[in-house]
Amino acid sequence: MADALEGRAPIVWPDRLRVAALPPQARFVFRGDAEAAARAGDAFGATLPMTPCRAAADDARAALWLGPDEWLLLAPPGTEDGTARDIAAALADLPHALACVSDRHAALTVSGPRAETLLAAGCALDLDPRAFPQGMCTRSLLAKAEIVLWRHQPASFRLEVRRSFAAYVWDFLAEAAREHASA
Amino acid sequence: MTGAFRTTTGGRIDRARPLSFRFDGRAFTGCAGDTLASALLANGVHLAGRSFKYHRPRGILAAGAEEPNALVGIDRGPGRYAPNLRATQVEIHDGLVAESQNRTPSLRFDIAALADFAAPLIPAGFYYKTFMQPAGWWAKLYEPRIRAAAGLGRAPRGADPDRYTQRYAHCETLVVGAGPAGIAAARAAAARGDRVILCDEQAEPGGSLLAETRARIDGLCAQDWLAAALAELAAEPRVTILPRTTAFGYFAQNFVALAERVTDHLAVPDPNLPRERLWQVRAREVVLATGAIERPLVFPENDRPGIMLADSARTYLARYGVKPGCRALVLAAHDDAYGAALDLAAAGMEIALIVDPRPAADGELPRRAMAAGLPVRMSATVVGTRGRLRVHEAHVGTIGADGGVRGVDVVSCDTLLMSGGWTPSVHLHSQARGKLAFRADLQAFVPGATPQACRSVGACAGEFGLQAALGPATRVEDDPVREGGFAGALPHDRPRARAFVDFQNDVTAKDLTLALREGFRSIEHVKRYTTNGMATDQGKTSNINALAIVAAASGRAIPEVGLTSFRQPYTPVTFGAFAGTSRGELFDPVRTTPIHGWAVAQGAIFEDVGQWKRAHHFPRPGEDMHAAVRRECAAVRARAGIFDASTLGKIEVVGRDAAEFLERLYVNSWKKLEPGRCRYGILLNEAGFVIDDGVIGRLAPDRFHVTTTTGGAARVLSMMEDYVQTEWPDLQIWLTSTTEQWAVIAVQGPKAREILAPLTEGIDLSRDAFAHMAVREGRVAGVPARLFRVSFTGELGFEVNVPAGQGRAVWEAIWEQARRHDAVAYGTETMHVLRAEKGYIIVGQETDGTVVPDDLGLGWAIGKGKRDFVGKRSLSRPDIAAPGRKQLVGLLSADPGHVLDEGAQIVAMRDPPPGTPALGHVTSSYWSATLGRSIALALVADGRARHGQTLFAPMPGGAVPVAVTGPVFHDPEGRSLDG
Repeated sequence: MADALEGRAPIVWPDRLRVAALPPQARFVFRGDAEAAARAGDAFGATLPMTPCRAAADDARAALWLGPDEWLLLAPPGTEDGTARDIAAALADLPHALACVSDRHAALTVSGPRAETLLAAGCALDLDPRAFPQGMCTRSLLAKAEIVLWRHQPASFRLEVRRSFAAYVWDFLAEAAREHASA
Repeated sequence: MTGAFRTTTGGRIDRARPLSFRFDGRAFTGCAGDTLASALLANGVHLAGRSFKYHRPRGILAAGAEEPNALVGIDRGPGRYAPNLRATQVEIHDGLVAESQNRTPSLRFDIAALADFAAPLIPAGFYYKTFMQPAGWWAKLYEPRIRAAAGLGRAPRGADPDRYTQRYAHCETLVVGAGPAGIAAARAAAARGDRVILCDEQAEPGGSLLAETRARIDGLCAQDWLAAALAELAAEPRVTILPRTTAFGYFAQNFVALAERVTDHLAVPDPNLPRERLWQVRAREVVLATGAIERPLVFPENDRPGIMLADSARTYLARYGVKPGCRALVLAAHDDAYGAALDLAAAGMEIALIVDPRPAADGELPRRAMAAGLPVRMSATVVGTRGRLRVHEAHVGTIGADGGVRGVDVVSCDTLLMSGGWTPSVHLHSQARGKLAFRADLQAFVPGATPQACRSVGACAGEFGLQAALGPATRVEDDPVREGGFAGALPHDRPRARAFVDFQNDVTAKDLTLALREGFRSIEHVKRYTTNGMATDQGKTSNINALAIVAAASGRAIPEVGLTSFRQPYTPVTFGAFAGTSRGELFDPVRTTPIHGWAVAQGAIFEDVGQWKRAHHFPRPGEDMHAAVRRECAAVRARAGIFDASTLGKIEVVGRDAAEFLERLYVNSWKKLEPGRCRYGILLNEAGFVIDDGVIGRLAPDRFHVTTTTGGAARVLSMMEDYVQTEWPDLQIWLTSTTEQWAVIAVQGPKAREILAPLTEGIDLSRDAFAHMAVREGRVAGVPARLFRVSFTGELGFEVNVPAGQGRAVWEAIWEQARRHDAVAYGTETMHVLRAEKGYIIVGQETDGTVVPDDLGLGWAIGKGKRDFVGKRSLSRPDIAAPGRKQLVGLLSADPGHVLDEGAQIVAMRDPPPGTPALGHVTSSYWSATLGRSIALALVADGRARHGQTLFAPMPGGAVPVAVTGPVFHDPEGRSLDG
């Protein structure tokens, strides 16, 4: 499966910063109410968080709260059919919408002690851990591109980017990262 | 030695690190830590610029951002020329190249200084008066000449090769100004655990402490205390100290913009660093510690080189180890000037005379000056000076009890230092929409109430002195109270002499009183008429004096006259900082489809469609665009072509009420559309005008695959969400954008079925099983696909939707099959031509936001008997039903080889008289390879009733006769749709 960021070598400034493209991923947008979300979580294998702007994740799966009735689900690549089947079966009697968007996004991580500073080149949010702790996620803008931003680890952010904006986001981060090349 | 006027010890410059630089081609040596101004003064150079209007020789007046005279251009190589920089803020480095401005041929001899002799002819507002006659000369002669003469520096011509970045930042406390008050505020905030940003426009934080010579703080000399305080702040991980960073704009909700100059001070900058960095800071509280600016005094001929602000002169001595001259006359309306005189005298400068316009001065510093034997004359003033390129004498007169000035003594001096007291820097407070209050004792405005979480501390709040700045917890010794201050024009007995108020714009006290005599009352009008305060320094040194002069001349108090607005930026900001990385490739996102790389490899020519790059045509060697498009068109009609339609907007509409939702939104009927079928949908806005269209397929009873135009994707989704959330919350439906999930490959032409057949699994492609306007799910080239049988060419057509990541592979598999049938890849231009031959509209080309479905001949699409849909009511407005509406027609030019211009007007007569309204215009026009002639679509008033008529398209080369036809040029019966 060709990813929009295929072939982009990571940008690595040791001990400071790392920007790396992530491999393909199964993705769904799940829409529904709290009851549907709870049952979908059971079927999916990761809880759909009810707290705004929070993600729940284990090693393989993640569910990101994006709106009062909207979650982005991430699962291992190739699990699209099974996941869709499982959720459809579990929610046969509950209104909901599930749309597969695996290929809609490209994903990358920005990590290291300078991660917040690098993202601050184009993202207006307060990314201090007190304001944007681990597990927090939200839609936002990075420069002129819409992103989903998720602090999935204490010093690492995951960015989900619309496929056709991925090259722009990467090039923007590469340009903004230059000043961090020098200690 | 780094200059004859450099002291042997003292100051914060490094005498062991001499730096060479050039000014107007002449080589000089300065020290590390020098500004261009201090390095020039160390070399005895005061003459630094020519004034804006009269080209008078001007010297360095100040030591900071307020400098109005010493504006220089800095040349860092091709494309890297920065004009109008204040020499007082330019740090020197080895190899710095600076030049003066506004002079020809040289700073010492400037031809344009003739303007100074013509001064009586060019007072304030002269261009409204002197050059009135003859009227015709204004545009041709006067204005061009005045424009050529105006302006200071020259703008660089080449593209700026430097890089600029931007950064958002958040903090609990932003402190603007790292003088004593700012450092005290930053320390207090840091102690609370706040995130603190402490910014200062100078190279070193410290503000007045960097030049403090007397006071001791907590038992330490000021510089030692400063070093300790800064070290303590720097050790705090949550404190960010930003030197060389100007807070230039204060916006709503404590949003403050900072411009950081990152590399200009470096001889060899690290190429990874940006030249400048724009900070956009959101702070919970902003502490303004922006200090105060010393006021010049307004007296005749107060603008000669060598005339400086007293505390600036003291700063040059204390901070940079530079004596501003050998023999100074000090005009002291404020006690601080006595302090300057004491310091300069201690450094070996001769104080010729201290002239004080006040009747008495009994403060601590005046007493010390007198005790030290410095000559002082009270109730006196300077009534004139001499010296063309450097002041060499001052004329001192006595102010009588009646305010008149008598007697003149000539005092020789090479330096004249003046102090009218201090003007608090309330710029940012005022930008924050804070109110100002006038304090008569200071002759200055100080901050009043503010609507934002913002407070002013220290001198910018009118609280002078180190103790006030540092607070009661810090012990300050030898920080005597300084009093005094004067605003306005000092008295003199020389009615023809010019006393400058605004040095940068050459505005004199007489200009201001002239404006009043001519009837201007509002200070805003006086400002604009005289241009006082309208130069690049925005009147930092002149505004209060101008106000006081206007107040005195009009018999009002200063607060009655009011104050002009403080605007961003505090000091000029480069365009580069504002643009940041938004230039070149990063100016705007360039969106490409999954098939883009293939098209590039095939040599496609691309066009911009919004942010998308779309393949426009695929020329073969030797083909121009027309040849390529003709070949592509012919191939599609004869055999087949494949086309990348991935940019089409796609929205997945899911839920029990999905059909009802589309029923309410689109003009068409959806409830009876069976799963597996598609329909061409038309979307109106509430005014009834067509805003989008696209094929919508029903995949399941509760699931639709909606397509939109490329440009309309985001707009349609927003409109849908708006209706779902605000108008129809009762509907159980959800929307998901799937534009980028799917790559879309259109396969069009009589061979389309044969091309896809070998690749398709699980879908019967036969005519009976898979009718026109149907949708099936299956596999194409082994990839799960949604296959639509649709046509935007009039030929048998399919649109293959596959996950975007597989788009390129599936495209290549289809291309492999297509080549066996001698099919082509075609671009957007061929797509446009083929659809125009069929009379299919393009929203945005045949529509312009004033077109209803019936105008386009699309009234059939409106669902019969529908109770409502968006825009329905508007379609029954009388204007919409009235005759005369512009309707879509085809046009065939009389000369079949003539391709009309898109946008050409259509009229009934060959040569209509001027003012004749057009009947309509050409919306699309192409060469049709299929028909072997040109075709055009047009919107023409009552067009459908005009079929067969001849109309005209007036063009510069003569009117082109055109025959009106129906809009379908090719295969009107639709025989080709089934292949």
